[in-house]
Amino acid sequence: MFDNLPLWPTAASSHARYEDWLFLFLTVVSAAMTVLIFVVIAIFAMKYRRRHGREATPIEGSLLLEIGWSVAPLGVMMLMFAGGAVLYFVMRTPPRDSAQVYVVAKQWMWKLQHMEGPREINQLHVPVGRDVELIMTSQDVIHSFYVPAFRVKQDVLPGRYTTLWFRATRPGTYHLFCAQFCGTMHSGMIGEVVVMEPRDYQAWMSNAAPSGTLAQSGMTLFQQLGCNTCHVSETQGRGPALKGVFGNPVQLDDGRTVVADENYLRESILVPAAKVVSGFKPIMPSWQGQVNEEQLNELIAYIKSLSPPPAGEAVTSGAPGGTAPPSPAQ
Amino acid sequence: MATAVVTTERKNYLNAEYGIRSWLLTTDHKRIALLYLLSITFFFFIGGFFALLIRLELLTPAGDLLTADTYNKAFTMHGQIMVFFFLIPSIPAVLGNFLIPMMIGAKDLAFPRINLLSWYIYIVAGILYLHCLVSGGVDTGWTFYTPYSSLFSNTHVVEAGLAIFIVGFSSILTGLNFVVTIHRMRAPGLTWSRLPLFVWSHYATSIIMLLGTPVIAITLVLVVLERTLNLGIFDASRGGDPVLFQHLFWFYSHPAVYIMILPSMAVMSEIIPCFSRKRVFGYTFVAMSSIAIAAIGFLVWAHHMFVAGISLYSALVFSFLSFLVAVPSAVKVFNWTATMYKGSVSFSTPMLYAMGFIGLFTIGGLTGLFLATLGVDVHLHDTYFVIAHFHYVMVGGAVMGYLGGMHFWWPKISGRMYPEGWGRLAALIVFIGFNLTFFPQFLVGYLGMPRRYWQYPPEYQVYNVLSTAGASILAVGYLLPMVYLLWSLRYGKPAPDNPWQATGLEWRTASPPPTFNFDETPEVTWEAYEYETMPLPDEVTLER
Repeated sequence: MFDNLPLWPTAASSHARYEDWLFLFLTVVSAAMTVLIFVVIAIFAMKYRRRHGREATPIEGSLLLEIGWSVAPLGVMMLMFAGGAVLYFVMRTPPRDSAQVYVVAKQWMWKLQHMEGPREINQLHVPVGRDVELIMTSQDVIHSFYVPAFRVKQDVLPGRYTTLWFRATRPGTYHLFCAQFCGTMHSGMIGEVVVMEPRDYQAWMSNAAPSGTLAQSGMTLFQQLGCNTCHVSETQGRGPALKGVFGNPVQLDDGRTVVADENYLRESILVPAAKVVSGFKPIMPSWQGQVNEEQLNELIAYIKSLSPPPAGEAVTSGAPGGTAPPSPAQ
Repeated sequence: MATAVVTTERKNYLNAEYGIRSWLLTTDHKRIALLYLLSITFFFFIGGFFALLIRLELLTPAGDLLTADTYNKAFTMHGQIMVFFFLIPSIPAVLGNFLIPMMIGAKDLAFPRINLLSWYIYIVAGILYLHCLVSGGVDTGWTFYTPYSSLFSNTHVVEAGLAIFIVGFSSILTGLNFVVTIHRMRAPGLTWSRLPLFVWSHYATSIIMLLGTPVIAITLVLVVLERTLNLGIFDASRGGDPVLFQHLFWFYSHPAVYIMILPSMAVMSEIIPCFSRKRVFGYTFVAMSSIAIAAIGFLVWAHHMFVAGISLYSALVFSFLSFLVAVPSAVKVFNWTATMYKGSVSFSTPMLYAMGFIGLFTIGGLTGLFLATLGVDVHLHDTYFVIAHFHYVMVGGAVMGYLGGMHFWWPKISGRMYPEGWGRLAALIVFIGFNLTFFPQFLVGYLGMPRRYWQYPPEYQVYNVLSTAGASILAVGYLLPMVYLLWSLRYGKPAPDNPWQATGLEWRTASPPPTFNFDETPEVTWEAYEYETMPLPDEVTLER
């Protein structure tokens, strides 16, 4: 409609509509306040402008007014706070059965790995109506994954995973920006998110899908690196068995208990001595510098595939985005 | 005619001594204020030059005028110069320095030599920063985020960091000087409840300078050590945490926003009562809101980090506290507006700046609420919406206040009246130019244009063209006062001691004041802003 003068950003995710309403509410309140202040100043300036024969009336102040104009704005602001907090809570809590995509950011490029296997650069294909969770890390500086049409943004940090989720609601191609300054070509670190109808998405997926899923690549790597000599599949080897580990609490040798999430697995591969599982010796070598971020994601995807999804949650096997666990190692 | 004036001229701080030594070795707070005035004006125009480069580059979507690296350096050095070498020292070091001793009836600040030392520290830091600039500059953004600044940037990060480390001591010493002076050197009878609000606000500012600045100093030293000695504090691959830097940086740099805006609020609380011929409405609330801003301002820093990977619950706390800090600012705006009620309002230049300030600061403050609202900030963070917001506060607010104050006290500082017609015109041009520059950035920010982009998608162009057009108008608005204020030094009408018939003690001495401000230490028996006891200013004196 207004190709050269857009007035409102496209809203293409489930967050976007809520965010737009909240923004509108804030705009209306702010505009009303601004107009009020401007009009009152204008009226006072006109009505009480300096004239001969009329003097100013000394007024000290009014406690009632002071309390009123402190409390009333605070009340309105608490509405803003609550609305923003609810949306933020939703944004920070990915639904448990989201399709997962790994994102690796580097100067100045986005690399994406779908669980089903396809890899993309500076482009992300997603189906309409599906919850998608991005598990993101950076291999150099801080970047920020920003899709204005989805109203989502999350900094992407080196050395750990951050996540972001959305449900696209409208097919189309949308800007993907890096929002955190990251060096020379920061403004060139852009790409696009392509939202497709499920049928088209499936067609794209079957076209783009290479030999195997991310977890299968991880399994191959797991064996190539010789991880399976210690982490044998069914019984406890020199290292703990990894079946059923992901998403569950792990007892550490110093008495602490941690939940084995992506960040824990990552740390255990790169700095194995940091959190050793109770009953095992800290003999595992560090893989820092030997596996890159994308390989780490493959390994983690593999380890995750060894844990069945929590009972009670129906996962339609074979559905697009569903991750069928590959056969265990050996 | 001019010669006739000279023969009868009284001794004042300007003609007490002549020669470059008498300026460079002075301990007179008023002369030091002028040294600061010259230095910060110099840096303002360098910072403005970089702003010009930014706006010209963004005129077209393609990156065509500058290279990407040059552009990155331009916005970095624009930010660092404007924040650390202009805004933070602007009102405190010039107007505060000049006025606080006079407002409290003192001969000078508590530590005149330390005051001069602050200026020398500022100059050393300034020269170091200029050296960094001419030897290639720095490209980290004014925020120095790690690990880009510590491990990846190939520019002069260490030098820039050290310059800002050093300039911090200048503001620590100024803050220290103000706190001690305000506590110990008030004239007999000048109780805390009789203090001009200008002094209250500077007191709050000084507390922030004293408590906050050491933190940025330490943080920058850590970045420098990380770069030179490879400490690893912010390096994730060695167990460090890059986000820790952001906590440390914003722990100072959010309160630093209040270092920039509180002095401007200080100026407003003097100008508005004077040109409304009324006491300020709700004196106690205006005074206490400054203290509240200083206190709560230290507890909101992580609202810069809602998408940086902080925990969900800490984000909730920081969002709540950020709304809380908006209350005292709102209280001030309401009180200033109410001060005009049943007043006798005149539209002299300082008052035009004051009304402009209230309007722009209101917009700047309200758009801050958008950024405090968690779910909305996720979209707006690091876009041009943020750029527009903080320019409304720091240029629309702080610089408008600075210019308003410069005009208000120009007769006292220089002993000359500025040309009123030109003053009003410039105030109007600044207001229009400012809004045209920064309002479109709210819109393009909501559309999603990220900050610090050298090239951008073409659909954002119209807003950027408007912004660049506005910036050129704004530049005229800033150059005009430079010209006519300088002109007035020679051709301006000699100023009477109290041209505005204002109540402050600084107006009860000569214009320009003698070296020790007062011939006799005044004894204060009245409250601040007793405008009902003052006659109206003589319009004939003011018109020129």
